[in-house]
Parts: sequence; structure tokens; C-alpha cells
Amino acid sequence: MNPIEIESVQQQLESFIDKDVYVHLETTNGAYASHFDEKAYNVGAYIRNAQVKFSQAKIVGNGKSYRVGLKMEFGWIYAEGLTDWTIHEEKQLLLAGHDREGRLMVSLELSEVPFRY
Amino acid sequence: MVIYPHPDDESFGAAGTITKFREEGVPVTYLCGTLGEMGRNMGSPTFANRETLPEIRKEELINACEALDIELQMLGYRDKTLEFEDRQMVANHLKGLLEDINPSLVITHYPEHAVHPDHNALGAAAIEAVRLMDEDKRPVVWVQAITNNYDEELGKPDVRNDVTAYFDQKMKAIVAHKSQADGILGKFRENSEITADIEEAAKQRLGTEQFYIWNY
Ligand SMILES: [Zn+2]
Repeated sequence: MNPIEIESVQQQLESFIDKDVYVHLETTNGAYASHFDEKAYNVGAYIRNAQVKFSQAKIVGNGKSYRVGLKMEFGWIYAEGLTDWTIHEEKQLLLAGHDREGRLMVSLELSEVPFRY
Repeated sequence: MVIYPHPDDESFGAAGTITKFREEGVPVTYLCGTLGEMGRNMGSPTFANRETLPEIRKEELINACEALDIELQMLGYRDKTLEFEDRQMVANHLKGLLEDINPSLVITHYPEHAVHPDHNALGAAAIEAVRLMDEDKRPVVWVQAITNNYDEELGKPDVRNDVTAYFDQKMKAIVAHKSQADGILGKFRENSEITADIEEAAKQRLGTEQFYIWNY
């Protein structure tokens, strides 16, 4: 993945507006957080291949870390801490935030076809 | 037969023991539960992403099993979901493979003492699979605990393999899991008291492989 370029990602996000799209949304600090540090909590959530439709899409950030909000008819999809992006297999938009060791902390992905695996 | 849920569990957990058996001419099959699809480590520096990770880890798993000279079967479950699958269904799946391959020994995780929910769930399913077999056909089952305080709770492990003699082969298998190895070995370094080089820290941590013998 590459560091987020805000204009390109904004354009990509808009290309999914008013379409039935599959979303992968995830945040995690790993299954071993409290194994390596007993004061840490294991926290994580993911939803994969939920079908959604949004009418507005926006990426906001300070040049290092970004937030994305997608406005749906009855709610929002939100992700914070995004740092990197890529286009996977020509049409899937992948956004992710990594810690300084390169481990994934948050991920937001959009696709018109279901994600594999 | 080794039954663990993730590509790299076999290398970090049992590669020395596996190498010892292979050198004695014992055939070994690894039943790998998932492709570690939800792993956090994306390589360091990152070269994988959430969507490419499964294929990359599959490739790494195949390479590691080649390095260890063992047979591989991928079970096709999804990372982080094993504890939500029907336990009996998974056990029956494993029982079918046990009857096909007919191993004399099964190595798996110790349920509730193996930190990751997938470890606990697949270990429990493997133990159940063996329980479902005819008593006279059951293999011996070695279970591996990896919590920080397992010896306090469970007592001394029954099997304690000093694998420093096989350490090179073990490291070869571990580094085959390129997307995972850097991050995880780095974690050892971070956690070791002495900021000695990574090899020493890894040797301390990975030089012994311990198992309990499951009592049916
Ligand atoms: Zn594992």
C-alpha cells in the first residue's frame, strides 16, 4: 500500500456513491495484546462483505492520518487512523492504518463485488 | 500429525519436534486450519494488505512445509472464526482425516491455555475428534499450552523437547513465513530483558518445545 493521497482517494470514494457496494470494516489490536502486556485489552471488530449504499463520501485528514465518513440513508460508516491506500485487482479500494511496526490497526475497503476469502 | 489453526503455528510451536521426527524417518502431516486471513502483520516494511495476505500466507505455508519436509493439508476455515463453528462438525471433519492418515501421534493446542481463540477452539476439536475414535485406534495426543503462566496452572509439561540442535531448521521454517516472522521476532526482542541480538532472544524463547499428554 502507499501513503494516502487525499484527492485520489476522494475520487475513488465518490466512484462508489449510490451503488450497491460490499464493505469490509475492521479494527484490531491483535489477539495477543494482553498476552504480551497484561495491562492491555484485546479489542477488535470486523464486518466483511456487508452490502451497503451511501450517498456521500468524504476523506478528511492532516496529511498523515485520515478519517473517512460514508453517509447512508439510515446511518454512517466511519473509520479513523487510515494511513495507506491501494487499488486491489483494479477496482477494490483498500484503505488501512498501520502502526510504526507496519501492523494493521484499522481497515476500510469498498468493492462492487464481494471480497474473496 | 500436527493440527494448528494458523500458518506459522507449526514453525514457532513445533518445528524442532517436527524436524526431530523427520530425521528419524517419521512421516508428518500438518493440518492447517486457516490461512491467517485476519493477521495484523503485513510484513516489515509492509508488503501485504488485507486482501493479498491470504494468498501470501498460503505461499509461505507451502514453503515452510517444504523446508520442514512435511505433508500439508489446508482445512479451509477462516481466521478468527473457528470458535464460532460447530465444534462437533469440526471434530468430525478432523476425525475423517485422522482415520485416513492414521497417525500414531497428534500435536495440537491445549484448549483454554493457548491464548488465541482459534488455538483453543481447534485444540478442543482435535481432542474431541480423537475421543470419537475407537479406543484401540486412538493416537497419542500432545497438547501445547502457550499462556504466560501455564506451568503454574497445569504443572510441569509431560514432554520437554530441547530443540536447540534443530534450531537452524526451525529458524528456516519460521522465516519462510516472511510476512509474519519479522514482526513476531521483533516482539521477542522488545520483550527480552537484555537487548541482545534477535537470534539469542529467539533461541531463549524458541529453544524448547513443551507438550502435555492428553488424558482420555
Ligand atoms: Zn496461531
